[in-house]
Amino acid sequence: MLGKGLLQGLAVTAKNLVGSYHDPARYVTQEYPEVQPKLPEAYRNFPFLVSETADDPMGTLRCVACQICEKECPPQCIYIEKSKDKKPDATGKAQIYPAVFAIDTAVCMSCQICVEVCPFDAIKMDQEFAIAATDRFGGLLLNREQLAKPNAYYHQIHPTEAAEVDERLAAERRAAEEKARLAAAAKAAAPKPAVPAAAAAAAPGAARPAPAGSTAPAASAPVDPVPPPAPRPPSP
Amino acid sequence: MMLPDPAATGLARVRKIEGAALGLRTPAFAPEEGAGDLLEVSLGPHHPSTHGVFRMDVVLDGERIVRLKPVFGYLHRNHEKLGEGTSYLGSMPYTDRLDYLNSMTNNWAYALAVEKLAGIPVTERAEYVRVILAELSRLLNHTCLAGFLMQDCGCSGTPLMYAFREREKILDLFESLSGSRMMCNFQRFGGCRVDPSAEWLAATRTLVDGYGAFLDEFEALLSGNEIVMARTQGVGRLPAALAVNAGVTGPMLRASGVGHDLRKVDGYGVYPRFNFRVPIGRDGDVYDRYMVRMLEMRESISILDQALRGLPGGPILDPKAKQRGLRPKAGEAYGRIEGPKGEIGFFLVSDGTGNPTRYRVRAPSFVNLTILEDLCLGHSVADAVIILGSIDIVLGEVDR
Amino acid sequence: MILAAAAPASPADAWLERAPLLLRDALTGWLPDALRPWVAALLSIATILGVFGLLFAYMTLAERKILGRIQNRPGPNRTGPFGLLQPFADAIKALTKEDIVPRAADQVLHFLAPVVLVALSLIGLAVIPFGRNLVAVELEASVLYFFAAGAATELSIFMAGWASRNKYSLLAAMRALAQLISYEVPLLLSMVPVVVVAGSLSTTGIVAAQGGWAAGVWPHWHALTPWGFSAFGVFMVAALAESNRSPFDLPEAESELIAGHLTEYSGFKYALFFMAEYLGMAALSAMGVTLFLGGWQAPLAVLEFIPSYVWFGMKLLLLLLGFIWIRATFPRLRIDQLTRLSWKFLVPLALVNLVNGGLWAVTSDWTGAAGVARWVVSALLVVVPFVVLGRSLTAGYGPRTYRYASP
Repeated sequence: MLGKGLLQGLAVTAKNLVGSYHDPARYVTQEYPEVQPKLPEAYRNFPFLVSETADDPMGTLRCVACQICEKECPPQCIYIEKSKDKKPDATGKAQIYPAVFAIDTAVCMSCQICVEVCPFDAIKMDQEFAIAATDRFGGLLLNREQLAKPNAYYHQIHPTEAAEVDERLAAERRAAEEKARLAAAAKAAAPKPAVPAAAAAAAPGAARPAPAGSTAPAASAPVDPVPPPAPRPPSP
Repeated sequence: MMLPDPAATGLARVRKIEGAALGLRTPAFAPEEGAGDLLEVSLGPHHPSTHGVFRMDVVLDGERIVRLKPVFGYLHRNHEKLGEGTSYLGSMPYTDRLDYLNSMTNNWAYALAVEKLAGIPVTERAEYVRVILAELSRLLNHTCLAGFLMQDCGCSGTPLMYAFREREKILDLFESLSGSRMMCNFQRFGGCRVDPSAEWLAATRTLVDGYGAFLDEFEALLSGNEIVMARTQGVGRLPAALAVNAGVTGPMLRASGVGHDLRKVDGYGVYPRFNFRVPIGRDGDVYDRYMVRMLEMRESISILDQALRGLPGGPILDPKAKQRGLRPKAGEAYGRIEGPKGEIGFFLVSDGTGNPTRYRVRAPSFVNLTILEDLCLGHSVADAVIILGSIDIVLGEVDR
Repeated sequence: MILAAAAPASPADAWLERAPLLLRDALTGWLPDALRPWVAALLSIATILGVFGLLFAYMTLAERKILGRIQNRPGPNRTGPFGLLQPFADAIKALTKEDIVPRAADQVLHFLAPVVLVALSLIGLAVIPFGRNLVAVELEASVLYFFAAGAATELSIFMAGWASRNKYSLLAAMRALAQLISYEVPLLLSMVPVVVVAGSLSTTGIVAAQGGWAAGVWPHWHALTPWGFSAFGVFMVAALAESNRSPFDLPEAESELIAGHLTEYSGFKYALFFMAEYLGMAALSAMGVTLFLGGWQAPLAVLEFIPSYVWFGMKLLLLLLGFIWIRATFPRLRIDQLTRLSWKFLVPLALVNLVNGGLWAVTSDWTGAAGVARWVVSALLVVVPFVVLGRSLTAGYGPRTYRYASP
């Protein structure tokens, strides 16, 4: 009979009107600025550069300016200039470092190809999404000072992934040390084997602010202060 | 009140057009002798119902459409040429942006083409995960489409908001798995990028189990509604012969009564292992297109149920499969799957270098859109809007 | 008027019931006799403007809130507590926006259309008895006056569409005229049996005819009789169409015609159209209450202690809530379906109902078994045409069964 479907529809909307007052499955609205979204761990936004410490981000960048990400980036939003000299990285090994590392977030499409291709776990995806800037050219072009964030921050936003990465890096480092020790043992006759070994042994513990303990979500470990994200550069 | 002089006013484009001079494609409707002036209206590119920047240049006799010219290209982004200048891996995130509602299926079709081209085997677990994601994507697309279609019919947002409420749940799943809600960039050559966790699978199970109830409620609101039936039944009839000749695919083709589904025809992935049916319509009108999608969602729920139950263990991505710096042997491959909108295919030609020399997308909404005029002739403006809605286009894919 | 100090004997004498009159007398009592009716008239105009202006403001808020909740979202909730200041924020925004008039538009008509529309939507309210003692103008044929004023509103929509010199507006104007012609007829026809049964063309007379209770509990409201229920249904559907509300919002039709006749309007003129829509809706609902829901009469004798204007307000809000609920649920009809619904369904239904109402009037003295037969016959005269006409209206439409491709 005419009207059956109409009444059925009215019943559905009435059910939703009532349901929105008591049924959280229906009323799903979150009032954003007051209620911050709970981002899943996998959430990705724009890349950042991982540094080992918060105190000296530029000195402890994992990036060695190999330029793979620059080459692989589909929209070509990464710009890197290699350094002319070498500086010791967090482990004390002399490395080339990026003299210039810039990402144009206006161009970046958050695909995380750069993260996948980086052999040094030096670039990871950030979760900060409120990144509006008043200057659309300078404000969205981030340089390496703005991009660098400490490993502890990485642990905070992607705990599981960061723990894996740390484990892998530690294993690699151990393997390297093992190799170095074997090499040193082979050259046991040489008079000064202790110096590099000691340096290598001391460095990881000293340089690493977030050892295995910080794999738990950072909320429960507020001891490690995470610096606020780098401020936007002033408009020229 | 004085009648305005057409030449002196904003109605200057009101002009008399001889019916024969219009080059009507189908003799659906010809203005009667002395029917009066025809009115040319440009619907779009900025119009609430063109689903993006799309223009319908229509000539009206009263409210009836005498001629309709679809104009697109406003969202052209050079997709295919970009694909020829980017590495095989680098094109993957671009495919997200074709049909931005269904990045998972776009990814899959592209991955399939590259896997064919380079001969990369896909792990068993990944095949299942791909099916799960593709069917979730189908649920998402069809739910949204129903909401959009009803919005075009003149609902004050209610079905659309319900559709978006459920879509949000699927997007949350995509986000927690791939890191992004819409631009998932999830498939890789030989598998998937991330292995879904047990929690993710449990969440998916909860969603799948509850989706039938949502569809019941949604259909109670719409499918039996007399106004919906009056608006959509008998409107925009697409004869099966025209559909086949025009290369129409997907739910639109099946609504016209042709049981063509690549999941059955090609049997790609692990689809032959699942037990599901392909609903087909009879009249090929807007209502059939809507209902076929509704029924397809029920089948998707059943596929999801089977896939979640049968999900095997093992690696998600073949560790030997090369992603970066892939250089397939010279040759060509066409990978196609049954996307939610129809056959989405990627045609790749390799000359042995790191980039394809030819990268071509067969976009279902583009092909389906080509018959818009045939569907709309003789109907009113209000019908044209819902016919366009029922075709299910995403301009990102049409214009590329 | 003399202030009676005695305890109220009937509900009409209750202090709250007479409060508006007392207020009027207090405000006008010090004036010379010759001026008093004029000031009183001005006072009633101001009251209607104030009350319905506020009703309009909060209707927009209520509509957005309820629509929001039906769609599982909160609705406006940022301006003031619970968004209660939202209407004023909207008003300020509308007032401060640039008023754009297309160069090709007919400047005079373009300006006049919203003004005329609001004026016409308002004048209908003059004859509505909002309470036992509350009617601004007593007319012998106030019902006719109301519908004459209401019919003109659609003309100003045509004016707006025509004057804008915009193709979408023009299409909207044509639709508005088609709608006007189609829906005035059932609207008027549905009211005729009420006039026949009540034996009066005046709104106060019609309300008075609905006083009292059958068996002490069943109010004599017209909507609670079979013919009245049918007439009420036809009236409300036609009222929906007359006030251009969903599912009959074809002139505006945002998914087809951008905003129809409103496409070229901005700022306060746009707000005036909005206001006219809500005032028209309120006026037609008020007429529906008057004609079919007993006007200001209380539903039960024991509830008469609540003042009559409160009852009227509650019934009015209930009908307006129905408008919102319907808007939230239904899609829009097409113009040919809209006119078909009127000519092939509502008009025949209303015509049958004329006979039905006439029979009801003739048989008003039947009691006992004859009284039951009277109800049965009247009910049959409603149900049978509804089913038959409904079937012919939906011929060709219906749920379908679907096949599955053979594997």
